[in-house]
Amino acid sequence: MTAKADQSPNEGSQFFRKLFKNKLALIGLVFVLLMICMALFAPLLAQYDPNEMNIQQALLSPGTKGHLLGTDSYGRDLLSRIIYGSRISLIVGIGAVLVGGAIGIFLGLVAGYFGGFIDSLIMRFMDALSAFPFILLAITLMTVLDTGLMNVIVAIGVGNIPGFARMVRGQVLSVKEEEYIEVTKSLGAKQWRIIFQHILPNCLTPIIVYATMNVAGAIISEAALSFLGLGIQPPTASWGNILKEGKDFLVVSPHIAVLSGLAILFSVLGLNLFGDGLRDALDPKTKL
Amino acid sequence: MLRYILRRILDLIPTLLFVAIIVFLVTRMIPGDPARVMLGPQASVTEINNLREKLGLNDSMGAQFIAFIRDLLHFDLGDSATYNRPVIDLIMERFPNTIVLTVFSLCISLIIGIFSGMISAVKKGTAWDYFFTIFSLVGVSMPVFWLGIMLVLFFSVNLGWFPATGIGSMDAGIVDYVRHLILPGVTLATIPMANFSRITRSSMLDVMGENYIKTARAKGVSGTLVVCKHALKNAMTPILTTIGMQISSMLGGAVLTETIFSWPGMGRLIVDAINKRDFVVVQGTVIFLAVLFVLINLIIDILYKVVNPKVSYVRGEK
Repeated sequence: MTAKADQSPNEGSQFFRKLFKNKLALIGLVFVLLMICMALFAPLLAQYDPNEMNIQQALLSPGTKGHLLGTDSYGRDLLSRIIYGSRISLIVGIGAVLVGGAIGIFLGLVAGYFGGFIDSLIMRFMDALSAFPFILLAITLMTVLDTGLMNVIVAIGVGNIPGFARMVRGQVLSVKEEEYIEVTKSLGAKQWRIIFQHILPNCLTPIIVYATMNVAGAIISEAALSFLGLGIQPPTASWGNILKEGKDFLVVSPHIAVLSGLAILFSVLGLNLFGDGLRDALDPKTKL
Repeated sequence: MLRYILRRILDLIPTLLFVAIIVFLVTRMIPGDPARVMLGPQASVTEINNLREKLGLNDSMGAQFIAFIRDLLHFDLGDSATYNRPVIDLIMERFPNTIVLTVFSLCISLIIGIFSGMISAVKKGTAWDYFFTIFSLVGVSMPVFWLGIMLVLFFSVNLGWFPATGIGSMDAGIVDYVRHLILPGVTLATIPMANFSRITRSSMLDVMGENYIKTARAKGVSGTLVVCKHALKNAMTPILTTIGMQISSMLGGAVLTETIFSWPGMGRLIVDAINKRDFVVVQGTVIFLAVLFVLINLIIDILYKVVNPKVSYVRGEK
């Protein structure tokens, strides 16, 4: 039983009341839900196959009959490609946070709980990982890993590890001093059981907020890698490679670059607003 | 103070060693023969063997690592196969351009970010506050590479005010140089600017609720003096700590910004090296930037200690 982790129904309703009172968080939630719906129902929402080429219809402007957002240089429907691109962004965003989160949380728990030499070793390694600018680390890893969805997830996920580890370590340091942890220890509970059943659940709140924010960062990183030609490879539609192509046709068809970038901007903005709202709603100091 | 600095410097040794290990291992993870990949499919067996010998790839991993560390300690980052020049020379040639771009962007972001954050805090709840809050929220969510393209579209293609690419020459005058610097500078400054604005606003709001500010106001000190001399001064500590993090993200952002604007800096060097599969240059530039970042953080930590002498050194807590 994790005494502290359990929230009373009153606390739960207070959380939702705080969250729904925050207008910016609600706007963020709407953007996030739109993105999730786009990704889930892409085959139903998209009018065309995102990779279907029609050279006769290349570079049509937005508003052309049959192509609401126009077409790209291969005559592919831009709206359909943006809809399908949301799948890549979401998969990479969530996947990278899961990879980075799983490893980072584990390392943070171990470092914080055991302390001493293990803590120093892990945290110095985390310092070294953080010494690489995030996108530079992902670029370097992509150079050696080669392109592909899984590799993009791993490359971006690695950059997420130190942040999770530091944050969880900080939480563990305060939670492990709590009285109920001392009691559990004195009752003879095994160390791993204490870590995963008692300490981890009490670190979940900041982890959720941090993870939400990091999905936004991972989406931008994926788009950046694809923009540099190191991420998702054409013809698969990703917002980053649509933007890369749009850059080459900036003068004749600026809509390709403008619209694919707006898709990235709104989804990242939505996640950031919602993440801010979650943090405020979960913070007991925030007034209702 | 000296003890603090010494301990911080000593603490860097394991971090830098880990940085070297990470770069060494990552560049050894290249699938296949790196020499073959670097020289391309047309390369002869003799050429490949010569490059393998030159890169020390025929030695054991342990021997390669020792040689790698020894070379690093002598500031030898290897020779580029594509440029036929030492990597350190290439870096020294490009690094000043990245510094100019980063410092210019940092100045823009600090001036506008702190100013907008101050206005937001002082005029809390007004239209100004909402405007700057939305501006900073959009700013932190902005993909820099997209912003760069949009600035080119608007200010270069449509208005023709600024050049879209390249670096100006000082021979053509300072105006030409600055004109080339404006668009990449603003692009790179956007995210840090938004972050500085958010931090200034929140830390000033915290400080302005303090008793000494109320006392100063009650004593009749003018509003501007209270804000600039007392509130802003005390809100500077969190801003200072953020600068270190922002410089790191700016060095990363420079990779993308320099690519968009064909700015001949470190970022451009890395992307070109990746495209040419010149792993020695990738390895050298990445380790150079990582060490630079560690040193910048050390300076920020020391400055933080100078501003805030009560800060104590706790190992592992950064």
